[in-house]
Amino acid sequence: MPAGGAAGEVVLSIAHVAVHFGGLVALADLDFTVCEGEIVGLIGPNGAGKTTAFNVVTGFLKPTAGEVRYRNTLLNGLKPHEITSLGLVRTFQRTSMFQTNTVFGNVLIGLHRLGRSTLWETLLALPREKIAEAELADQAREILRVVGLERRAADLAATLPYGEQRLLGMALALAARPSMLLLDEPVSGMNPNESARVMRLVQTIRASGVTILLVEHDMPMVMQVSDRIVVLNYGRIIAEGPPAVIQKNPDVIRAYLGEGKKRA
Amino acid sequence: MTRALPAFWLVFLLSIPLWLQDQYLLHILIITGIFIIAAMSLNLLLGYTGQLSLGHVAFFGIGAYASALTTLGFDIELFGFRVVHHTWPAIVGLLVGMIVAGLSGYVIGRLSFKVRGAYFVIVSISFAEVTRLVALNWVELTQGPLALTNIPPYTLGFPGLGDYTLWNKTAYYYLVLALGLIAYVVISRLVSSRIGRAMIALKENETLASAVGIDVTRYLVLAAVVSAAMAGGAGSLYAHYLKIIDPDIFLFIYTVTMVIMVITGGKGTLAGPIVGGVIFGFLPVILRPFAAPAVQWILYGGLMIAIVFLLPQGIVPAIQRWITTRKPAGALLAGSSDPREGR
Repeated sequence: MPAGGAAGEVVLSIAHVAVHFGGLVALADLDFTVCEGEIVGLIGPNGAGKTTAFNVVTGFLKPTAGEVRYRNTLLNGLKPHEITSLGLVRTFQRTSMFQTNTVFGNVLIGLHRLGRSTLWETLLALPREKIAEAELADQAREILRVVGLERRAADLAATLPYGEQRLLGMALALAARPSMLLLDEPVSGMNPNESARVMRLVQTIRASGVTILLVEHDMPMVMQVSDRIVVLNYGRIIAEGPPAVIQKNPDVIRAYLGEGKKRA
Repeated sequence: MTRALPAFWLVFLLSIPLWLQDQYLLHILIITGIFIIAAMSLNLLLGYTGQLSLGHVAFFGIGAYASALTTLGFDIELFGFRVVHHTWPAIVGLLVGMIVAGLSGYVIGRLSFKVRGAYFVIVSISFAEVTRLVALNWVELTQGPLALTNIPPYTLGFPGLGDYTLWNKTAYYYLVLALGLIAYVVISRLVSSRIGRAMIALKENETLASAVGIDVTRYLVLAAVVSAAMAGGAGSLYAHYLKIIDPDIFLFIYTVTMVIMVITGGKGTLAGPIVGGVIFGFLPVILRPFAAPAVQWILYGGLMIAIVFLLPQGIVPAIQRWITTRKPAGALLAGSSDPREGR
């Protein structure tokens, strides 16, 4: 259900962001916004700067120039955990989880932001601590149910098949209670069944009111779920618009297929 | 059966002085107990947050010196001012030792945020060496190589019952046991809580931990402070039990001993430092009638290498795995789903 122009107010604004690694320009001038409730796809060939953009937004990388704001809070200079605590949560391109913990234990770690018990309550095992822990366990079970991993709760994370490991990565991000989710190639390396499962999950997450920025190489997936697409190449935005328009944009086709290839 | 096990161990440990007549063995038990507390504190850092502090003995020594000096008093000149401290009760020394060690843990914890891995190891070794040199050369305060002597034993005050001074080994044994139990409970509560989950998360995948909102520095510092204060408490026990300490308390070999206890027993398990501590604390005693000192050290090293080769994760995780493989599948499903805890 693409919302298109009906989206709400701007929640994430990336204004003239540049990232230079010495002489290498990873991002030249990134400038776009994401509105409340939207699913925006960020696409581009390998090395276009998509993950760099994610790293800047989530505080893992300092921009050389420009500003990033989330719900009017300037994110420049904030640490990753501070940005997460604003409700802006990311997943990672590669499999990312706490391998030696169980699936359930992973989600409990992910729920860190929701825990309130203090050091003294923990040390003295006060009743409040037990109630808080029981609540966290309930929420962990609920998240596992949403992503469809409830039957895997007791398994070690490292023993899950690849597709389910990626789902666990999404569960971890959901546990941090995002108001906006940044998904870095959520279906890469997945078979069509697994991809379809993730796409349904992305729709469910959006339906719950979470804004989504998505980096993905799987074009059918991006075109299907995104309301709007931003295309990056060599660290610059070369096109922006609804999927139907982007698919026909000659610059985009050239970026993906190369100069020599003519349009059919 | 699992529930009865801690009670059985507690009764066994409480009964030891009742049937063990050999004072030398009781002495070894006390010293081993003190080092087990230090090893447990190291395990909190090494096993749960993944930071290898090879200068851990610094906290032990700082606790010992701070406690002894609080109890003995001192009269020094500092930046042109005369600083005089009169004697305080030894039990206050224990608290001061823990606080001073905890504060130095805070400094090292903050530092570990800037430098990780091999660099942190080097910084922590240097820290221990600097504290040793201070203890050796600040003769006015520490007596240097002449050692701090006549450190009085603890006196415990019981309301309505009067004071009790711990003169004999049995009393010290029970004190070490009590403080060891407290340290064990504190660590087990911490690591099974939200705080412990944050520590384990930053050990396993720091990037992901911060992405889910965990303030990595905060939990590293917290672990370092708790760990250092605990090691400082163990140092205080050591000082007041032996009644003499010298700068050799900061020797690298003591840190190595703690690391051996943690690694062989199983880092990141609650019981690991205890199992490793008992083995390596008692090994010299067991070997003494059979082997010359040099041979003892060779056997000591050989056993350590054998354990690390055969059971790379340590003795406790190996036993846990063995028990798990023997359990029928049904029991596994019904059992705890959390593999990180060892009891």
